[in-house]
Amino acid sequence: MTQVKKELAVAALRNGTVIDHIPSNVLFKAVQILGIEKMTNHVTIGNNLHSERMGTKGIIKVADVEFPEDVINRIALIAPGAQINIIRDFEVVEKRAVELPQEIVGIVRCGNPKCITNHQPMKTRFEVVDRDDVTIRCHYCCQAVKSGEANII
Amino acid sequence: MNSNSLVSIDDISRDEILDLLERARVFEQNPNHKILDGKVVATLFFEPSTRTRLSFETAVNRLGGRVIGFSDANTSSSAKGETLKDTIKMVSNYVDLIVMRHYLEGAARYATEVTDVPIINAGDGANQHPSQTMLDLYSIYKTQGTLENLTITMVGDLKYGRTVHSLLMAMRHFNPTFQFVACEELKMPKEYKVFCDQNGIRYTEHHDFSPEVINASDILYMTRVQRERFSDLMEYEKVKNLYTLHNSMLADSKPNLRVLHPLPRVNEIDVDVDDNPKAYYFEQARNGLYARQAIICKALGIDIYKELEKYPSK
Repeated sequence: MTQVKKELAVAALRNGTVIDHIPSNVLFKAVQILGIEKMTNHVTIGNNLHSERMGTKGIIKVADVEFPEDVINRIALIAPGAQINIIRDFEVVEKRAVELPQEIVGIVRCGNPKCITNHQPMKTRFEVVDRDDVTIRCHYCCQAVKSGEANII
Repeated sequence: MNSNSLVSIDDISRDEILDLLERARVFEQNPNHKILDGKVVATLFFEPSTRTRLSFETAVNRLGGRVIGFSDANTSSSAKGETLKDTIKMVSNYVDLIVMRHYLEGAARYATEVTDVPIINAGDGANQHPSQTMLDLYSIYKTQGTLENLTITMVGDLKYGRTVHSLLMAMRHFNPTFQFVACEELKMPKEYKVFCDQNGIRYTEHHDFSPEVINASDILYMTRVQRERFSDLMEYEKVKNLYTLHNSMLADSKPNLRVLHPLPRVNEIDVDVDDNPKAYYFEQARNGLYARQAIICKALGIDIYKELEKYPSK
């Protein structure tokens, strides 16, 4: 019963995607990365919710959307422990962890002011060099950065 | 994208490095051949670098190729606001190979992605300068007869020095021992020490440019300590003369020791070293010609051994 209460504490979703276990401090970055600001669907965003595991957490619910895998995996960059729930007719039909892609294109701005990507009309490209602490490296200038400190475009 | 491009020394394997050194040796025996007959090479220098540009252009000219290009971005279309992509695509219509230098880091990598013409990176900001590394490797190989099991001492600016970082990474194939000599502000960055640890490379760090350090060395790789690198000018005044090599300091050095420097030198090698047979920095610069001839032919996919049979040297 308590489980049901918790699930319903934010808002029930008939169809769509729930992204759970997002660290509170990066919730709005996650919103930005997924382009949710520009969507017209019903969106529910909760933050600083109680979490046994994390202390507090953020959650995003988007009605009637199932994000392509490469899009949803982008948030692994800032929330490697986030969980994706796909809802169909109030049922969770799929539950999985996000997975960091090997290459991150067009999401992170390179922090090196002398990097070519900051001066030319081009997409940035980063490669994951350390999955444990989520360190990524610019494909062009080779400068590495921990993804938590990365500047999201 | 052309797979013969050379952007970073990391892009080529141990065997490719050794193969390039062998080819450089062929060009040293005779740098004048006609194997680039009919080829046009662009040298696009978005940032001036007279030494590197002249070396590349000499390399092409001595092989019978032709050169077009510019030596300063102010005289090129990028001054009008043309993107790098457009400049590279335009030039690609005319040439067989592009040698480029750029003040922005990653520029050469990006250039390889917008053209099918091979690109040679002649320096991109503080990032990579693989032909410099190849000439350093060739100089070491030539003076020591091998690249294996050498003790290489790097002195001066180990923090910002692009050449020391690239050389360090390229030497990982050859079981080196490094001695890093620098002041606190300019010491070898942690990431390169981690790189050494991961690759089983032995290294020691020193503040003192002491006789023990010099006398253990096979190669002394000197670099310039630049005033603008210091946040505290007092600190610069304190250390600026600590890492200067004088001829007397070489008295008990190994007979095979050679002193290298990527040039230009300011005061980190006293002129009294110049006449010591162990001073090698001027010959080192000349080796750049042969190393670049080898790199150019590789980038163009030219089998020089076959070509040399066709075009016997004059």
